Amino acid sequence: MALLQRVAEQGRRVVRFTLDGRPVEALEGDTILTAMLTNGDRLRRTEFADTPRAGFCMMGACQDCWVRTEEGERLRACGTFIADGMRLLSGGEWTS
Amino acid sequence: MRERIDCDVAIVGGGIVGGSAALFLRQAGLSVTLLERDWCGAKASGVNFGGVRRQGRPLEQLPLSQRAHAIWGRLPELLGTDAEYIRSGHLKLARSEPDLASLIDYRERTQGFGLGLEIITGEEFRRRWPALGDRAIGGSLCPEDGHANPRLVSPAFARAAARLGAVVREQTPVDRVEKDGDRFVLLSGDALEVRARVLLNTAGAWSWRVAEAFGEPVPLESLHPNMAVTEPLPRFLDVNIGVEGGGVYGRQVPRGNMVVGGGRGFALDADRARPQRDAVLTLMRDAAELFPQLRHAHVIRCWTGVEGYTPDRNPIVGPSRTTPGLFHAFGFSGAGFQIGPGVGQTLAELVTGGETPMPLEPFRIDRFTPTA
Amino acid sequence: MSEPLFPPVIVGAGPAGIRAAERLVAAGLRPVVVDEAARWGGQIYRQPPDGGFTRPKTALYGFEAGKADAVHRAMAAIRDRVDYRPRTLVWNCEAGALDLLSDGASETLPFSNLILATGATDRVLPFPGWTLPGIFTLGGSQVALKFQGCAVGRRVAFLGTGPLLYLVAYQYLKAGVEVAGVFDTTPFAAQARATAGMLRDPATLAKGLLFVGWLRAHGVPIHNGVRPVRAEGAERVDALVWRDARGHERRTGCDAVAFGLGLRSETQLADLAGCRFRFDEADRAWLPERDGAGRSSVAGVYLAGDGSGISGADAAELAGERAALALLEDLGRPVEAARVKELDGRLARIAAFRRSLSAAFPFPADWADAIADDTMICRCEGITAGAVREVARSGQAREMNRAKALTRAGMGRCQGRMCSATTAELLSRTLGTGPDGVGRLRAQPPIKPLPVSAGAERREVA
Repeated sequence: MALLQRVAEQGRRVVRFTLDGRPVEALEGDTILTAMLTNGDRLRRTEFADTPRAGFCMMGACQDCWVRTEEGERLRACGTFIADGMRLLSGGEWTS
Repeated sequence: MRERIDCDVAIVGGGIVGGSAALFLRQAGLSVTLLERDWCGAKASGVNFGGVRRQGRPLEQLPLSQRAHAIWGRLPELLGTDAEYIRSGHLKLARSEPDLASLIDYRERTQGFGLGLEIITGEEFRRRWPALGDRAIGGSLCPEDGHANPRLVSPAFARAAARLGAVVREQTPVDRVEKDGDRFVLLSGDALEVRARVLLNTAGAWSWRVAEAFGEPVPLESLHPNMAVTEPLPRFLDVNIGVEGGGVYGRQVPRGNMVVGGGRGFALDADRARPQRDAVLTLMRDAAELFPQLRHAHVIRCWTGVEGYTPDRNPIVGPSRTTPGLFHAFGFSGAGFQIGPGVGQTLAELVTGGETPMPLEPFRIDRFTPTA
Repeated sequence: MSEPLFPPVIVGAGPAGIRAAERLVAAGLRPVVVDEAARWGGQIYRQPPDGGFTRPKTALYGFEAGKADAVHRAMAAIRDRVDYRPRTLVWNCEAGALDLLSDGASETLPFSNLILATGATDRVLPFPGWTLPGIFTLGGSQVALKFQGCAVGRRVAFLGTGPLLYLVAYQYLKAGVEVAGVFDTTPFAAQARATAGMLRDPATLAKGLLFVGWLRAHGVPIHNGVRPVRAEGAERVDALVWRDARGHERRTGCDAVAFGLGLRSETQLADLAGCRFRFDEADRAWLPERDGAGRSSVAGVYLAGDGSGISGADAAELAGERAALALLEDLGRPVEAARVKELDGRLARIAAFRRSLSAAFPFPADWADAIADDTMICRCEGITAGAVREVARSGQAREMNRAKALTRAGMGRCQGRMCSATTAELLSRTLGTGPDGVGRLRAQPPIKPLPVSAGAERREVA
């Protein structure tokens, strides 16, 4: 279930990426945070308690929105734009 | 009005050496006053890399280091906390055949000290530490070495001493120290006067001031080892890592953060230091080369501290050569964390019994003075 | 007077940074403007990303559209006369140079003069459940709407205090989002009392009243004197449980909470630059000292805007220009005395108004007492209030850095940005000192996470 709801600016080009292996869509100009949270309800699970997080400050201060790619990269979701072909993960890397 | 404390032993400096000496002296029943200018264990004792390592030390340090090893094994009993101490093993890597030869030579020379070093190379090395990449061709493992959280261990010694009745005063700089007859007199501003039969100088990088006050100038230099820590990462490393020939070292804490060290920071003033940008970037480059798992990781914090270094990189430990009742223990040159409690116990032994089985000759304070 | 060796550097391209740059350009200098965002404007006048966004500025900035547009145009007009570095993080300040990170590479940028216009983010205190997905800061909720055309939920509760509370709720309502309620921590009486002082700036007061009126007219419940009890939900928030002014516990269903208690300054670079700090009662925070013109305690380092004390976007514009004039004065350049006088006068009037605003939206200090020991205060490291209280109660920590060393609160990725207000309240209340009695966290480089790979990616100074 999407956490963020689009209320404007929906005429942008569609960007295709995968979220936990599932092909999904976002819009050009979306941050990774927007792209993930319009397709799901979390960005990651925490290291120490395996609890879900979905960002907090959206302006690069809280550092709560770091997400992983399948390639192992770590990106700050609120400050990085989505791009075609990104393969993003929202699960914990700690419990698997 | 000035407060006055009379006691058997006054200790200047509440790092791991002063704190552990206070603890062992209290266990022996002496009255102890520990004066710390900052917070106990807040300087080099509390901000070092956290390696609890015997391997790689010069042979003359190994008796003290072995003694410390036994104390580390009793941390929960002594301190009421394990302070995240783990006997993970310390693996010293060789990046070349000559480096490997030097590790093998070290193992030969340290036979009999009880380090239990194992040289591991080739396929077995790859099998045991697949995470280490290709930079190393093998290494020397000291299975009972390990690492701990210095921010927790070092304050805990002074705290344990306080629980046993030591008077521990933090935020209490010693402005003047002198000997009046058979008593040392320490003044902290107008607020406090401590009189003691014995004085322990365990003030780390600032110990030269006390030594100099008693006519024992020492060539102590302040340096600032550079550290960095990454965000938490999935566990890939279970040993504390050093490299033959130095350069970079690293350990992964159970929470997943990778702590790495290498290079030097710079002094802001006599009391404070900062990581230095070139050192930080070089450390990051070298660490990523050594630990491929750091390729996509981020450094979340860098720090350094103020540590006293001697010209020969051995500490100064033992009785003053000018002043009866004064004992020095400082200048650990970046390697005082593991050995610290062993030195503290040795100081307590010297104070209570006047002698110690520990060989302290290499650590004499007057060894840098040209003999007349 | 000899020319400085390096061009002036401005950190931050919000209202303060842009007005500073404009003034330096007018004096014939070519400043470097370093900004973490992709486009200029700062947080308050943040511009949508490139690529297909169509809403006009009136839709994005409402009553402030004119000001936003003027600031944007000011930067556009000097674009080719500044060395503009967007998408660039300043991660360190050391020995007269900044360390920058852009495109994964690190670069050292020396400066002779530095203007820090680093802005602010929401100040928060924790409550049980505050880390659940769906709970965002007020500022963040506004960014989602303004910058992404998204609401943080379908039915959003607005919690906290400060001018943003009503503004963002109003903006959400106008965007067609259901507002579950405004939960204001300030007692109604305090707000009414403070309104008198706010008459100094009738326009701002009128806007505030309009937001409240609009919300009421659309049936949005507004509650004063609220304290949060907890957010409920398993994988995401589904309700806010709160206590009303009479102490009754109530529950409001929602799928998002926007939450903040005013703003806190981003002071890390000023700290690394060596600026002296003082405790500011109004902001309840340690701030780098600045004189009326924006001079810090360090020669050649100037401070402007919310990054060195919260005074809002209008003041930021003025302070940015004023700091640039101070810089020019210090370089021995002629500056227009009348302009200096005008700026000083306007800044003084805004400062007086800010004091009334602080009174209207007081920091709910008692909140800290109510934080249960098992509530997580540090989002990064998962540290609880109880852990901080314990090191204070047992005498182990009497100040912030010690508490950090012993508990890890403030040691994580955000370097205490989100928890240090809480830690300071918990420590000072447990120890019985004032909020100024427990010191402040020392900044450490990198001030934001730095990719390890940047160590091998160093760019030489151009």
